Amino acid sequence: MTKLLETVALEAFYGDFQALFGIDFAIDPGETVAIIGANGAGKSTFLRAITGLRPTAGQRVSFDGVPIAGMPPDRIHSLGIAMVPEGRRLFPSLSVEENLLIGAAGGRKGPWSLQRVYALFPDLVAKRRNPGTALSGGQQQMVAIGRALMSNPRLVLCDEISLGLAPKVIKDIYRALPVIRAEGAAIVVVEQDVGQALAAADRVVCFMEGRVSLAGTPASLSRDAIAAAYFGIEEAA
Amino acid sequence: MAWLNAVVQGVLLGGLYALFAAGLSLMFGVMRFVNIAHGDFIVVAAYMILGFVVTLGWNPALGVMATVLLLGAAGYLNQRFILNRVLGKDILPPILVTFGMSIIIQNGLLQLFSADSRKLPAGGLETASFDVVQGVAVGLLPFLMFLTAIAVIGLLQFVFYRTALGRLLRATADDPEIVPLMGGNTAHIFAVATMLASLVVGVAGIWLAMKTNFDPAAGPSRLLFAFEAVIIGGLGNIWGTLIGGIVLGVAQTLGAQIDAGYQILAGHLAFLAVLVFRPTGLMPRLAR
Repeated sequence: MTKLLETVALEAFYGDFQALFGIDFAIDPGETVAIIGANGAGKSTFLRAITGLRPTAGQRVSFDGVPIAGMPPDRIHSLGIAMVPEGRRLFPSLSVEENLLIGAAGGRKGPWSLQRVYALFPDLVAKRRNPGTALSGGQQQMVAIGRALMSNPRLVLCDEISLGLAPKVIKDIYRALPVIRAEGAAIVVVEQDVGQALAAADRVVCFMEGRVSLAGTPASLSRDAIAAAYFGIEEAA
Repeated sequence: MAWLNAVVQGVLLGGLYALFAAGLSLMFGVMRFVNIAHGDFIVVAAYMILGFVVTLGWNPALGVMATVLLLGAAGYLNQRFILNRVLGKDILPPILVTFGMSIIIQNGLLQLFSADSRKLPAGGLETASFDVVQGVAVGLLPFLMFLTAIAVIGLLQFVFYRTALGRLLRATADDPEIVPLMGGNTAHIFAVATMLASLVVGVAGIWLAMKTNFDPAAGPSRLLFAFEAVIIGGLGNIWGTLIGGIVLGVAQTLGAQIDAGYQILAGHLAFLAVLVFRPTGLMPRLAR
């Protein structure tokens, strides 16, 4: 079966600083993969490289068999990759509903619509006319996820969606993931909360200093192995 | 009564200044782009309508359509293929490039049309007038010009706040980096913003041609009035631009009422007063 997304030896640079050192990554259609790792491990850079926000021209990134390295972000988006950016990045001068509608600007057909997003996050209905930034952090995150879903993506990239939110709110947000999967989308969640990542994902990939330090199903990974891969304690651990 | 008359004429003149300013304000609002050649494009539009209607003898409606559409198309192409290249964090390159365009346009016009000042004859419009109250007569031409300004600004408001295109333009103004992740092509969106601004420039140029004499060097002073109207009204507020134009227009006609030599000075003084006492403009952009 063709992988939905595949990167081979992906590298990324910020000027002279190399952020990614040869990432081999693949995700199947409908799969949920969590990427964990410490701050600065390259998780966000990896997502930005997939979406085209970081230049990848000449490298090997393919989406459903189509090479996408070097494509501009709007074209990659039109193929069905949507991102929930770190820090949510809602448009402050747009209302909640307008923020959601922007997500549908590409016109991709599929199961998601305003009604479906409101059904998934009922809290947003009463706030639909409010500016996106007038909401609580959790509600803003719901808007950011809804905005990504509005493009009917086949792959949703979620960057630190639980950052700075209360545990109860994080639970609400993560409750949406199975619904998104049920509609057939594959999901990559970048997550600092290892427990959350293990609970939600089919597979966990740990990044350390721009390299994959560990990968496997949650059941196959021991706490010690994860701690070693996460913090870079001796390989033997 | 003379003073009341001056205020009324000033308000109507403000419509023209709002038309000058709207495009400038739009481009700054969407992409923080300061177009130094803005006034020169207005003058180009004035020469275009003159050429179509007087030199070529076209039907005025056709001339208006052609002028506005050509300006819009030129605006799109100019942004897409030239100005987008200098768009970035640094505000200086766009200023330098458009300053260069300003000089090229002025000299090009001088070459083509000589330094003689020209005016578009507007038929009976120039002399037709009606009395608002006893002693205050309103010329039909300035009155229609003012209505045009309201219509143009109302239309821009509609596009920005009621259409999918406006939503995308506002989103791009907020956060251009994220818009491509929503499928927006920012190079195209910026070009569309400049196209909208250039359509308004076309309209402004046509009214300029009918309202006053113009010559190849008339651009920079129109740019100055446009800047002043934008700043007085408040950056990024589209109705504020109309208010700014009116304040500038009224200040100028009141100044002229004192002494004809004070007309331009009074406008600049009103502008300075706003900068000193209310630097965010009379109608600042709503807080985020």
